[in-house]
Amino acid sequence: MVSTQKKADKTYKVIGTRPVRPDGLDKVTGRAKYGADIQLPGMLFGRVLRSPHAHAIIKKIDTSKALALPGVKSVITHKDLPTAADIALDLGETTSNMKWLCDKVLAAEKALFHGHAIAAVAAVDPHIAEDALALIDVEYEILEPVLSVHTAMDKKTPNIHPNMKTVDMIARFQAGEPSKVQINNVASILDLELGDLDAGFKEADIIIEREFETGTYHQGYIESHNGTAQWNENDEVTVWLSTQGHFNARDVLSKLLQVPMSKVKVIPMEIGGGFGGKIPMYMEPLAAIMSKQTGKPVKMHMQRDEVLLATGPTSATYIKVKVGAKNDGTIVAADAYLAYESGAYPGSPVGAGAASMFLPYNIANLRAHCLDVIVNKPHTAAYRAPGTPAAAFAIESIIDELAEKLEIDPITIRMHNAAEEGTRTSDGRLAPASLAVKELLEEAQATEHWNAELSDPSIGRGIAIGAWGNAGLESNAYASINSDGTINLNTGSVDIGGQRASLAMQLAETLGVDYDSIKPQVSDTDSIGYTAVTGGSRTTFASGIAVVEVGNKLKEQIIDRVATFWEIDASQVHYGDDGTLNGPEDKSIKFSGIGKILSRTGGTIQASATVKPNTQVATFGCHIVDVKVDEETGKVDILRSTALQDVGKAIHPAYVEGQIQGGILQGIGMALYEEYYYDDKGILKNASLLDYRMPTSYDVPFTETTLIEKPNPGHPFGVKGVGEVPIVPPLAAVANAIYNAVGVRPNILPVNPRRLSVLLKEKNKK
Amino acid sequence: MQDVSYYRPSSIKEAIKILSEHGPTAKVLAGGTDVIVQARERTKKITAFVDIKKIPDVMGLGIEGHRGLTIGAATPMYQIYNHSGVQEEYPAIIDSANIIGGKAIQGRASLGGNLCNGSPAADTIPTLIVLEGTANIIGPNGERKIAIEDFCTGPGKTLLQHDEILISLHFKRPAPFSGSRFIRFIPRNEMDIAVVNVASQIQMDGNKIESSRVAIGACAPTPLLLKEISNFIQGKELSQDLLENAAELFNNLITPIEDMRGSPEHRVDLAKTLFKRTMNDAVIRSNGEKVQ
Ligand SMILES: Cc1cc2nc3c(=O)[nH]c(=O)nc-3n(C[C@H](O)[C@H](O)[C@H](O)COP(=O)(O)OP(=O)(O)OC[C@H]3O[C@@H](n4cnc5c(N)ncnc54)[C@H](O)[C@@H]3O)c2cc1C
Repeated sequence: MVSTQKKADKTYKVIGTRPVRPDGLDKVTGRAKYGADIQLPGMLFGRVLRSPHAHAIIKKIDTSKALALPGVKSVITHKDLPTAADIALDLGETTSNMKWLCDKVLAAEKALFHGHAIAAVAAVDPHIAEDALALIDVEYEILEPVLSVHTAMDKKTPNIHPNMKTVDMIARFQAGEPSKVQINNVASILDLELGDLDAGFKEADIIIEREFETGTYHQGYIESHNGTAQWNENDEVTVWLSTQGHFNARDVLSKLLQVPMSKVKVIPMEIGGGFGGKIPMYMEPLAAIMSKQTGKPVKMHMQRDEVLLATGPTSATYIKVKVGAKNDGTIVAADAYLAYESGAYPGSPVGAGAASMFLPYNIANLRAHCLDVIVNKPHTAAYRAPGTPAAAFAIESIIDELAEKLEIDPITIRMHNAAEEGTRTSDGRLAPASLAVKELLEEAQATEHWNAELSDPSIGRGIAIGAWGNAGLESNAYASINSDGTINLNTGSVDIGGQRASLAMQLAETLGVDYDSIKPQVSDTDSIGYTAVTGGSRTTFASGIAVVEVGNKLKEQIIDRVATFWEIDASQVHYGDDGTLNGPEDKSIKFSGIGKILSRTGGTIQASATVKPNTQVATFGCHIVDVKVDEETGKVDILRSTALQDVGKAIHPAYVEGQIQGGILQGIGMALYEEYYYDDKGILKNASLLDYRMPTSYDVPFTETTLIEKPNPGHPFGVKGVGEVPIVPPLAAVANAIYNAVGVRPNILPVNPRRLSVLLKEKNKK
Repeated sequence: MQDVSYYRPSSIKEAIKILSEHGPTAKVLAGGTDVIVQARERTKKITAFVDIKKIPDVMGLGIEGHRGLTIGAATPMYQIYNHSGVQEEYPAIIDSANIIGGKAIQGRASLGGNLCNGSPAADTIPTLIVLEGTANIIGPNGERKIAIEDFCTGPGKTLLQHDEILISLHFKRPAPFSGSRFIRFIPRNEMDIAVVNVASQIQMDGNKIESSRVAIGACAPTPLLLKEISNFIQGKELSQDLLENAAELFNNLITPIEDMRGSPEHRVDLAKTLFKRTMNDAVIRSNGEKVQ
């Protein structure tokens, strides 16, 4: 059980230490306030009626019996939404369409997936609200459900959205013109191209082409979605919410409710996990509308089955990849076709998957053809390195096969093709700065795990690497110094994985003060400027830059004030690393004493910063895993797991290791256990944590971690995004380990015992 | 959750009276690990719970020499698997009791509840069957006994009337040179419903199989006692070939369904594997040795 950190740095005092998180005590004592803890006078409880069909025309909704039930105060349907016009929306970082947003929260003409919200009820208690749901009469005309990308794109399958046109994407988030090729149920096509594919394949001595599929996976956060809304008579709306981005929530609510942004206040509560899934809106607009109708606050809290049925999981995928290589292992061409389910509305992360899959490698001739495909399943949401685990599974399985066929060691072949400074990526841009693919592979080669003997023929070892792009985006931070020298730090970043700690540590390091003298806090939307979501592995990076800038601004002001107090020129004041200020003639004052000086030189000081950095870089991770396969049952047990990752600079190494271990665990879940199981009518049969199988502590051992710190030149302390990339390699690593153990290559994940036993039987027939 | 009344009678008589007066929507509440979930998820209409845990007759367990083992129907699993006599003489019961849910569930879940709930995949029923358990029942018309192999009649259906209470389960003393074993197959290592489960009991005469009982779960509307297998191996010398050949009988004995937990083909394969594994372990136990 080891966690190693390479090249531990002694230049910092606070960064690289492992202090207790500011929210830790409240969380372990149960005092921390989550959305479920909100209790307001006169509060009503809302519940949602959900479609029992995957695809159906809603012919009639009769809410009269439900409304007549004593205790029921409001029943709403799509008609009660303020607007549902078919207009494009600009949500700052992404675009959407008003009609799709509205239809998603309450179905309009059609129910588009099993679990789609049809109506909502608010009542004086949650049980009455639930009773009322049974009294709503809905008349459906059931349509044939479209349940796979292949059926969806079939010429004979009608468009789920009759007016939707296939558009050509210019870039991942930038839609272009309607495409010349219109494919049924394809919302968009994105093509990434580099070099000359045909010429590349002509150079190849060996070409491998394989097809892969991955299932629909849910993020599996512990806390289910919840929100409480209060709509006041002056049309001010307050929402208490479990969200990864309260500004994003505010902006969407403002559009949906037709209320100016300044009048929507979103208060982010503590959050019990998200992994990308707590970015979209589901019930909060409904709670707000029912609050407006009743004059009472309305609280809504999903049950677990609703979370699985109706919130956004990740895309199920179909991927075909063809790779050509020379006998020496040089990969000369790669061609990928990726069709991702986006669910009921457009917006799968297929482009992200395609862009990330080739990022670790230097391949001169590349193409990725990406299709965003509508099916009758819940609208997919972001999930940790969106779209990339599936794509990496495909390419890393093929590279493993190449290594085997060419009789080259799997690390050596990757090293031989590793991207480095100057490499062009699939979109033609230069590879990210300070990339550390080779360092990562060298460290992997040197691990005790990679070199350990395999004790039993039923045990196999696999390795895979992966990349993720990471986001920059906008952040705001603000801090003020109190008269006792302590500091209040406010940011707009929701704390989902220890960000209060990692941001306070960066401010402490900048100012040379103790971590404990800073109280970090997450501010609501009324109290600080727009800050993008906690997602895209951006917060410690981008909000960190804002915090460092705040620290530097405070420092300048402190120097000025001390100069004024000492009646000297500011250039004569020296601000020491430990926060001590020195001047001529042995003048000296510790940071803890500056409060007195401030009060005599004009009062408190404060500083704020807005940043929108474009210096975030991609990061790379590696997973080594040992599995034991029971050939009679098809069951795979994970025996040993080691992860390596380039993290730039680990501000709080324990939280970085935690991110890596968590990502690996989720990746193993995707590889072996988890998946949505739909019947042929599109009914989700396993909307419970009993049958949606996430790995438990009995299934996955402790993951040993190695942190490689190759600093990001675009961050004052060298931070790179760390939270997402660890989920990328495990799918292929596990599949490669299974091949190493039993000689069959899983091409459909999860490779549960049932699937593996089919592969093993085929092998034994041969 | 539905509105329910809660009763906690202290005698069997009182409990039966409440059940009779209320009708079929009143349910006996033992550990509640099935029935509370069903009430909450509204999969069953329930208007009253009759909690039997204050009735001494259904709580506790004991071995009375040659007369065998009696387990109160509502005795929680942890008391069963911590009982040294059960550990020694009825290890298959431990195999089953140990894996129901997790620690928290085992503090409440009972054999009576597992049996009366009548799930085809229940993890104790195959064991109770191969150990030739009998169910002691009391109802408005007095006492009766049912062999556990006859108890379940379909998914969630049993021979028990709505106003009858299962009081206890009785097992005779195991014969000398006999052993028993239960194994469940699940994709994870805990917290799952059996894809297939198998219990085997065997009595050996030297290397000859004197008698055996094999029961399987999750492969039919009820757990099944497979007499055909026992007939096939009875009186024969134990060998891996014999077990292989016996395992082939599963091809015709079970016709499992396709669902989210398994395919028919995989279930038949698992049945064969679990049959062989439980048999081999039962033989080890028949020699007084432990299995790992
Ligand atoms: C998280 C979780 C995990 C689980 N894991 C497993 C597992 O691994 N394997 C497994 O087999 N099961 C599992 N179960 C199901 C359940 O725990 C078992 O079936 C358990 O044995 C039920 O016992 P109980 O005492 O809680 O029954 P209860 O819920 O109290 O009762 C179950 C049914 O039997 C009736 N009943 C109970 N006792 C009597 C009686 N004495 N007379 C007449 N009727 C009676 C009740 O009315 C009810 O209909 C799990 C359940 C949960 C919630």
